[in-house]
Amino acid sequence: MTVGLFIPCYVNQFYPQAAIATLQLLQKLGVDVVYPPRQTCCGQPMANSGFEHLTQDCNRLFLENFSEFDYIVAPSASCVLHVKQHLHSPDNPALADRTRSNVYELVEFLTDVLKVDQLTARFPHKVGIHQSCHGLRGLYLAQMSELNAAPFSKPVQLLNMVDGLELVDLDRPDECCGFGGTFCVAEEAVSVKMGKDRVTDHMKNGAEYITSVDLSCLMHLEGILHRNRSAVKAVHIAEILNATL
Amino acid sequence: MERGTKDHAALAEAFNQDEEHVNWHDGALWWIRQKRDMAAKNIPEWEQLREAASRIKSNVLSNLHDYLLQFEDNLTKNGVTVHWAADAEEHNRIVYSILKAREITQMIKSKSMLTEECHLNEYLIERGIDVINSDLGEYIQQLDNEPPSHIVLPCIHKRKEEIGEIFHEHLGTEKGVSDPTTLTRFARWHLRDAFISRRAALTGVNFAVAETGEYVVCTNEGNADMGAHLSDIQIASMGIEKIIPKKQHLGIFLRLLARSATGQPITIYSSHFKKPRAGQEMHLILVDLGRSRQLGRPDFRDSLKCIKCGACMNTCPVYRKSGGLSYHNTISGPIGAILAPNLDMKKHADLPFASTLCGSCSNVCPVKINIHDQLYQWRQVIVQEGYAANTKVLGMKAMAWTLSSPGSYSTIGRAGRWVLNNIPFAINNKFNPWYKQREMPDGPKESFGEWYAKNQRENGAEKSELPLTRKPA
Repeated sequence: MTVGLFIPCYVNQFYPQAAIATLQLLQKLGVDVVYPPRQTCCGQPMANSGFEHLTQDCNRLFLENFSEFDYIVAPSASCVLHVKQHLHSPDNPALADRTRSNVYELVEFLTDVLKVDQLTARFPHKVGIHQSCHGLRGLYLAQMSELNAAPFSKPVQLLNMVDGLELVDLDRPDECCGFGGTFCVAEEAVSVKMGKDRVTDHMKNGAEYITSVDLSCLMHLEGILHRNRSAVKAVHIAEILNATL
Repeated sequence: MERGTKDHAALAEAFNQDEEHVNWHDGALWWIRQKRDMAAKNIPEWEQLREAASRIKSNVLSNLHDYLLQFEDNLTKNGVTVHWAADAEEHNRIVYSILKAREITQMIKSKSMLTEECHLNEYLIERGIDVINSDLGEYIQQLDNEPPSHIVLPCIHKRKEEIGEIFHEHLGTEKGVSDPTTLTRFARWHLRDAFISRRAALTGVNFAVAETGEYVVCTNEGNADMGAHLSDIQIASMGIEKIIPKKQHLGIFLRLLARSATGQPITIYSSHFKKPRAGQEMHLILVDLGRSRQLGRPDFRDSLKCIKCGACMNTCPVYRKSGGLSYHNTISGPIGAILAPNLDMKKHADLPFASTLCGSCSNVCPVKINIHDQLYQWRQVIVQEGYAANTKVLGMKAMAWTLSSPGSYSTIGRAGRWVLNNIPFAINNKFNPWYKQREMPDGPKESFGEWYAKNQRENGAEKSELPLTRKPA
């Protein structure tokens, strides 16, 4: 099994440590991982802004980089969801179909494909989970509070394997943080208010770290935490699952 | 009106000037969302109910023509006069002509979002007809000369102190009185007089049963009943999408409606109106107002399944933190944002963007409208139709160009990180909306791609520089 490591554009530029943790974690679990260096972006920022018609080149590039892998894994639910829903190829629709079905968010790859049941990680801290909306309601990584359905959570399943980690309960376990792509600048006031309220919920319930399957949410929450000089830190779930301190 | 010229972002920013008020508004609506969750989770078959309702509405939308004719036929047999209106103007003209022919100059009206969409009150008032809204929330909004901010809770954005102030100004209550019971008693006293003296009453319609020609009006205050029962002329206005095929389907919709709206098992009054009393006239106006156009849009037709419960508003964090009036449309919130562009795409081009696409709306919706997917689709349509700002078009084209080429992307990425590290004030300034209330991410010295090229290849984990040529095992 060879995994193509899909590192979203902003993670590559701003959060290399999360990408490194993802790579190391997969390697620790015995996976053969390859990072195709010519990757850029899945096209989501354009598509969510109403410019999906401009994402043809991103799609073409994605297929060039990833279509031959058995699995494509990314530490970002949002980008994975975008690819799963919108990766198309007018020239080779079958190739796009196959590639879409091979894309996995890191957590679901660990729980559903590798079926990980133990980890050697240690992270002795109180952690609050920020449910990424695209991970929750798009990829069904956990049960959403809206539905009358049996609870489950893939991120919790993994975090429970981490030595010393204590999960904190939140007042609103799956409310959106307000990042929303270009929404974060186009609707700055509401975006920030939503982010502040999420941060407050985590702090009120004693979290030392806020973790998520999406760095876009965390970038937004971290921006608010830093501005307020909060001691609470934002950390991608891969960094916790790979932590050995 | 100032509200007409500002977009959602600007109106929402104004709403956020008073953070304590935003917290209160957010909390009040979240509390209703929680009541909805409890009500939904008390019914084991909740998700099946949603699915059944959604499918019944699919059937209605696919057979609307036939159901409408069946409904009309049964209404006529029951002695109700049926009118058809293509648009707001025609609807308003019909109401006015009914009143004028009988020399009626005063009308009482229970909750009807359709007549709000038609701006019926303004139309009638201009022609000398006095209209009074009998739903308490709408009554308060009418006194304050403001449209409803929520389809179920029209004045949810007002605190009781503000309402006390409005009552003091318009109804002469003592200044400073804000006790809800006292204020409600006062409103009831005023409304009681209107109920008794008005010869004409207009109601909305929640469900119109094709097989029997009856319609059902749901209220908690009994105000629709009070108006209808005391009137000589009873008028009902409904959008053509309100049809359900059979009476037995009410067992599904009535169970879903109040639970989704407020967490109640059922509305206090679910009143069936079928035929006029002796000496009474009943009229029903079937209104299109853009519905058939929306029905013809494959990506958006399911928006017509809406039963106007307001659950998508209560759950929407953007709605809770921006207020219904920031949507500058009669129907606000997520459902309003997918209905409004159909009516006037240019005017409402901002609304599908007033969302993070979090998807909560679609999952509370009792008829399973894929609201967030439709928001995404409307964005595409709005851009294609040329309603996006030019600056945005240029920005997106530049972004698409950058990201389409690995070379330009890594150059610009490196440049961006260099700027963050070396001249942060170029980015961290007041022209950058991110930076206004948030720090920018740290600019790491090295991207992952650069780190990988250095470390992993040296370690032998990655041997080929041309992964495209490799066939993975």
